[in-house]
Amino acid sequence: MAMADRIVLDPVTRIEGHLRIEAQIDGGQITDAWASGTMFRGMEIILKGRDPRDAWLFTQRICGVCTTVHAIASVRAVEDALGIQVPPNARLIRNLIMATQAIHDHVVHFYVLHALDWVDVGSALTADPAKTADLAASISDWKGGVEYFRGVQQKVQKFVDSGQPGFLASAYWGHPAYKLPPEANLMALAHYLDALNFQRDFIRVHALLGAKNPHIQTLAVGGVVNPVDPNSENALNAQSIAFLRAKAREALDFINRVYIPDLLAIASFYKEWAGIGAGPGNYLSYGDYPSDGSGSPESLLLPRGRILGNDLGTVLPVEQDKIKEYVSHSWYDYSGGDGEALHPFQGETNPHFTGPQPPYDFLNVEEKYTWLKAPRYEDLPTEVGPLARMLVAYASGQPRVQELVGSVLENLGVGPEALFSTLGRTAARAIETLFIAEHVEGWVDELAGNMTTGDLRIHAGELWDPAQWPATAEGYGWHEAPRGALGHWIRIRDRQIENYQAVVPTTWNASPRDAAGQMGPYEQALVGTPIADPERPIEILRTVHSFDPCIACAVHLVDARGRAVSTVKAL
Amino acid sequence: MERKTGGIWEALQAREVSRRDFLKFCTLMGATLALPSEGVGQIAAALENSERLPVIWLHMQECTGDDESVLRVNNPTVGELVMDIISLEYQEVLMASAGHQAEAMLEEAKQRYAGRYLLVVEGSIPTGEGAHYCTIGGRTGEDILRETAKDCAAIVALGACASWGGWPASRPDPTNAKGVYQIIHDKPVINLTGCPHNGVNAVATIVYYLTFGELPPVDARGRPLFAHGKRIHDNCERRAHFDAGQYVEKWGDEGHRQGWCLYKMGCKGPQAYYNCPVIRWNDGLSWPVKGGHGCIACAAFDFWDSMTPFYGRLPEVPVFPVETTVDKIGLGLTAAALVGVALHAAGTFAWNRSKPAKTEPPPAEPDYDGGQTMVAMADTSEPEPPHDDQSDQSEEEGDGHGG
Repeated sequence: MAMADRIVLDPVTRIEGHLRIEAQIDGGQITDAWASGTMFRGMEIILKGRDPRDAWLFTQRICGVCTTVHAIASVRAVEDALGIQVPPNARLIRNLIMATQAIHDHVVHFYVLHALDWVDVGSALTADPAKTADLAASISDWKGGVEYFRGVQQKVQKFVDSGQPGFLASAYWGHPAYKLPPEANLMALAHYLDALNFQRDFIRVHALLGAKNPHIQTLAVGGVVNPVDPNSENALNAQSIAFLRAKAREALDFINRVYIPDLLAIASFYKEWAGIGAGPGNYLSYGDYPSDGSGSPESLLLPRGRILGNDLGTVLPVEQDKIKEYVSHSWYDYSGGDGEALHPFQGETNPHFTGPQPPYDFLNVEEKYTWLKAPRYEDLPTEVGPLARMLVAYASGQPRVQELVGSVLENLGVGPEALFSTLGRTAARAIETLFIAEHVEGWVDELAGNMTTGDLRIHAGELWDPAQWPATAEGYGWHEAPRGALGHWIRIRDRQIENYQAVVPTTWNASPRDAAGQMGPYEQALVGTPIADPERPIEILRTVHSFDPCIACAVHLVDARGRAVSTVKAL
Repeated sequence: MERKTGGIWEALQAREVSRRDFLKFCTLMGATLALPSEGVGQIAAALENSERLPVIWLHMQECTGDDESVLRVNNPTVGELVMDIISLEYQEVLMASAGHQAEAMLEEAKQRYAGRYLLVVEGSIPTGEGAHYCTIGGRTGEDILRETAKDCAAIVALGACASWGGWPASRPDPTNAKGVYQIIHDKPVINLTGCPHNGVNAVATIVYYLTFGELPPVDARGRPLFAHGKRIHDNCERRAHFDAGQYVEKWGDEGHRQGWCLYKMGCKGPQAYYNCPVIRWNDGLSWPVKGGHGCIACAAFDFWDSMTPFYGRLPEVPVFPVETTVDKIGLGLTAAALVGVALHAAGTFAWNRSKPAKTEPPPAEPDYDGGQTMVAMADTSEPEPPHDDQSDQSEEEGDGHGG
């Protein structure tokens, strides 16, 4: 598959969606890289002309992994356009829905999508269960013991021996880049299975607050539709509060006793990855989890801000009009020429596929090579996601984040510069999971308090009827999705959607070159990555997975004549 | 690499699944599938003797929500069980391998299990001139689907998108997105609709297939009868309030807090056929109407066009039982909604767009009037987005006689 020194990784698996990486290899490391999103659906044109109150039900279906996130951003955009402020209970229930999503998504990412980049299943089968039990007991009091690990090992052995190893089969087992001792591999494999159980149970919080998962169905423009009433069986009541509290504690328990110890244990064998995979050094966080209805940045638990050039000494403000998108290397045309960038309110998406006709071996990376646009903040490639959020929070002086980051760095014996890396991304995700989980019960208590004092409001009803709306309105909604800063921009005319645009985390991170030739964060992070065996480029998976790609979101829209009018991207 | 012959029951024992849990699972599946009681015994017998079913799972224009739904199947020990009942030979979200090694696994599985593997497809498929909107390993999704379908035993179209095109195929269908049955005509295809589908139904379908060697019986849309044979409105826990004329009027009002009917808030339950109220979601904990929001009829073909705006009120929902009078119904029901109170047979399927129907034409049914009582889209003088042919079609949607 190689063109001398060009390697292709397609499909990139254990992600959401269709991603392709082409990379140039020289001297055992990547010297150049291109990220391509190879699937396109077209949400934004489908939204045009529809009821803005329906938009969240549509946009949520952009992605079923980060389900909820496009729903939240969408209702916020419409509320911003119409000047609606949601009642406290709606804010709290949304915070709980968002936090549940973040915790669930991060745990599933670490164990199901990312772990096999670091954990060698083949090696786990050779581990000594007794030593594994000792190792596990030395880092956590989570369930363990010789019999437990022997049982897991035997189950997996039997699975492999069946001759149908299925999804656990991999040509990468035994790759020299795997560094964990067999016992650590077995421990992590056992926790992979534990995590599957945890996620199934924990996500039932979304069944309570969202009616189902995936794709919750309890939001509405103006608030939420979960009735709240301590005296009704048909509403969120004392029993619901008890359930939420129990789930909040179980999540915290799993994170503290399994996720964080595993992260530290695994990371300690891979410290060289703290020097690999640095992105552009520019980070953006919109911030999230409001503590009141003011909409001010000060009200946000996860702070809003930007960091430039890895400088943790300065946190810069975020202004929505500084965000623009290029299509210089994306399969779209701009009417004013591909050299300029457009703000989402003025965005155009005229798709024009100029890639090689399938089946193809290589993309023409000198020209256009992806369905993703290239978002830039003041023309700068910018990374979003848990690392961006933790850096902004750290640099903003958020005390608990500083404490958690400090303790992880100390545990690993590395300095803050280690954060700007593949390992830093993976560690920041775990730190953030814990930080968010620590706040869940507080929101539950607040909701319970409101019930006690008789504040049962869940929805700002005044503007529910579109007849009350102005003839035109425009607004935007921001949300810190698990994968990073998500923004929806909407224009409403005559009670219908006139234009709808989403600028999505994975579009920021997986973006192609812009007009100035600046690489996107994935591309930049891959340059310099060592590749031990070009036939088995597991190192690419490590860095790409550290961003937690979600490509379904990176998709733009076309009209019936094949011309795109606007764009939606995938997370 | 010999195939094992020990059967699923042996695999389950290895996972410390008790006989009791196993039978509980079989009973649950039997109930979901609406089988007579002897069916449970058949399921148990079949599972004890089966090898793991080889499954190839393709991702097209999808959101991965249907994978996630399967991951949520929650019966104690059974979620893991799924990994023991089937053998996932190719599944991009979960598989350890990537790149050309992943492609090689697909090739190997197709050859090794030729004629025997179940093909699961998630996501719509952009076709024809739009085929380049989805490529994997440099090939179009359409090519990969056609080739992978050749040697499969049967196909499960998982979720709305794989079933009929889903939201990518909704107005104006920018990428010429299709459901599997519109592309593959020589294999049995079952449509597990829903957005997403409910994972319990997928597991039940696979169990049925293992037990009886064929896909379960389907309706005119290719949907399993066990999941789509009954109307949500008729199984709804709020039905008594509909009949009593007790309606939610505003989000969070007294009626909402007391669990009254959501019909006036746009509920599409009277036009929706799905077992959602019975099996519910996430281990039976809830479903949209229980949560407080109307049904959006996500298991109906074309619901993104035929059932929107979602908060518009369905016209002409018959009041049942038939002897109910306006007085009994009470003041909550508006006169407008009573127009056309007429009992009609079940089968309220809104078929609004001209799509090739593989089997028989849809039931000629009522009369979802795509908009008159739906406030938001009504009386707008603005034309549809600039797609002439499409807007003509959408005009036709109003009378519900598309198909």
